[in-house]
Amino acid sequence: MDCVVTGGNVKVLAKAVQSLSRIGDELYVEPQEDGLALRSVNSSRSAYACFLFAPLFFSRYTTDSGHCFRCKMAIKSVQAVFRSLATLEKNVERCHVKLDEQKSRLTFTLHCKHGLLKTHNLSFQDSESLQAVFDKDASANIFKAQPRLLVDTVVHFPPSLEEVTLTVSEDRMWFKNHVEEDAEPSKSMLTELCLSSDEFDHFSVQSKNSITFCLKELRGLLLFAESIGLPISIHFDEPGCPVVLSVTDTVLEGNFVLATLSDDNNLHKNNSSQPPPPPPDDFMNDDMDSYLIAMDTSVVPGPSSRPEPSRLAAENHRTHDSDEEDGSEHMDGPPNKKFCSLFFGSVLPPPSQMSTQPITTQEVLASDSEDETQLE
Amino acid sequence: MKFRGKIIDVACLNHFTRVITTISKLTKVSVLRLTPDNLFFILSEKVANGGVSMWCELAQGNFFDEFQMEGVTADDNEICLEVAPESLSRALKTLQNAKALKIKLTKKHCPCLTISADLPTLSSVSRVVTHDVPVDIIPRKLWHEFKEPHMPDFDVSIYLPPLKTIKNVVDRMKNLSNFLVLEANMSGQMNLKIETDLVSVTTHFKDLGNPPWGDEGSQRDCEAMAQARLDIRKLQQFLTGQQVNPTKALCNLVHHSLVHLILLHEDVSLQYFIPAVA
Repeated sequence: MDCVVTGGNVKVLAKAVQSLSRIGDELYVEPQEDGLALRSVNSSRSAYACFLFAPLFFSRYTTDSGHCFRCKMAIKSVQAVFRSLATLEKNVERCHVKLDEQKSRLTFTLHCKHGLLKTHNLSFQDSESLQAVFDKDASANIFKAQPRLLVDTVVHFPPSLEEVTLTVSEDRMWFKNHVEEDAEPSKSMLTELCLSSDEFDHFSVQSKNSITFCLKELRGLLLFAESIGLPISIHFDEPGCPVVLSVTDTVLEGNFVLATLSDDNNLHKNNSSQPPPPPPDDFMNDDMDSYLIAMDTSVVPGPSSRPEPSRLAAENHRTHDSDEEDGSEHMDGPPNKKFCSLFFGSVLPPPSQMSTQPITTQEVLASDSEDETQLE
Repeated sequence: MKFRGKIIDVACLNHFTRVITTISKLTKVSVLRLTPDNLFFILSEKVANGGVSMWCELAQGNFFDEFQMEGVTADDNEICLEVAPESLSRALKTLQNAKALKIKLTKKHCPCLTISADLPTLSSVSRVVTHDVPVDIIPRKLWHEFKEPHMPDFDVSIYLPPLKTIKNVVDRMKNLSNFLVLEANMSGQMNLKIETDLVSVTTHFKDLGNPPWGDEGSQRDCEAMAQARLDIRKLQQFLTGQQVNPTKALCNLVHHSLVHLILLHEDVSLQYFIPAVA
């Protein structure tokens, strides 16, 4: 593979690498006929991200057609190539990426101003295929928003916050921080934000429900989308099924697939599969507050208290999800809940699938060692 | 018990946020006392704090457009809560462009101070953000621990040099020693001293001026220095938290015993007590 990125696209590439670094420690590189795919996955296999850069993104793009090549390398090394993003735009005229299979090296050459050439030789390892199978267009709930909206939403939550719960009704979307059930309830600060459908470019809800996912990984995508200025699409179905967030442009496509919390245990009060009643959005009406807060009275939540997101029963999961869960690396957390691992699989994707999944893929992602992978 | 307050003015919100951020830098947990006219942030002297105590008084009328409270009973018309100021600060910081901000005492999963704000948006419906900050209600039997501290019987009272200057000095001194001696006299002179085996460093300030408290200090020899040896980190923590230059900043020294720092802004007063160490 041999390609050249020019001008402002160097920064785009650098930002993509930076946002992939928020997901996992390794960058999976796969030059394909339809473009260069850069992917990353987190250690617990609950977050996956992929950027596909079409040949038109590059000023020159050549690959060894017919020869399927994949490699992975430490993402920190690649980030080191694009260090000081702020000056990248000003100094770097183009970036030449060349693959040397004999020496197992990927060479990044930055052509900078004043004739300066910075060459980075990064060694890589062969890798198994990394593909997540998902069909975002078939999702029940699809939204599209400018990145600023989501950035402004996420800013209200502390940077250390792990998980956020997103609830939708036909014209509203709520974000609130998710508190672990076994954490001390009296110590956690709860934050909730309500967005109206007007603020979105597209807002379509077929299934009113809530999903909980990791906020930290979303911030990676927001970083990219905001700096490049692309709207973000959000697709999801039910809790337990992954949420897909994507940015699309004529020459690139980025997808972040995040696992969502599924709760097999129906201990909570909202057992029904009905969506929770939306929290009252009439915050101007003070009379709703619980009036007396005496130390020894029992809790009677007023109408302003927030309902728990409904927990759908286990049978709502797709069967192959549960197969995958058994085989996947075990998640941290109490036994009565777990993130569904994303379904990485050898299913032949239908033609409507996005182009980041070449039909030739037949690999199953091994959870531990690479010995188990089957080569084509 | 009931409390509800509303801030509409952007400048008031900004100022309120800054006060709370300052408090959050001074202590992780603070007592908040609400009366019909005032809010107090209090840190009482405890071994756990290293003997440091704090008293911050805000006149509610300077911040809130609406302020309603009903205390525990008609006789004890106050509310006393324990709260983490950092959570309040974090909640307020991102709401600076709110159209209106409301704080109320609520009972969610536990007693909370609920901060809710309407943020302006391009659409017709405003964006509503709610933060529930958990608090602990302090029972009346403990209220005596949170009374206004008495003015100590000081030996010297002096105006402080600009806080930023002292902070720079103290930051650098901290690298050399864990203890600092603060001394001052009634002639407007103040010294900050550190002493180690290898080196001693003194920074001299003069012409600071002494506040006119009356004739309490007049018997004292003007040149005589009163001093107190302090844990330098406590002084540094106090100085780091200050974000705005106060209208008045002064220091009362009790020889070998206590440093009492008083910062006065237009609508906020902050008192900070640092005990001397041997």
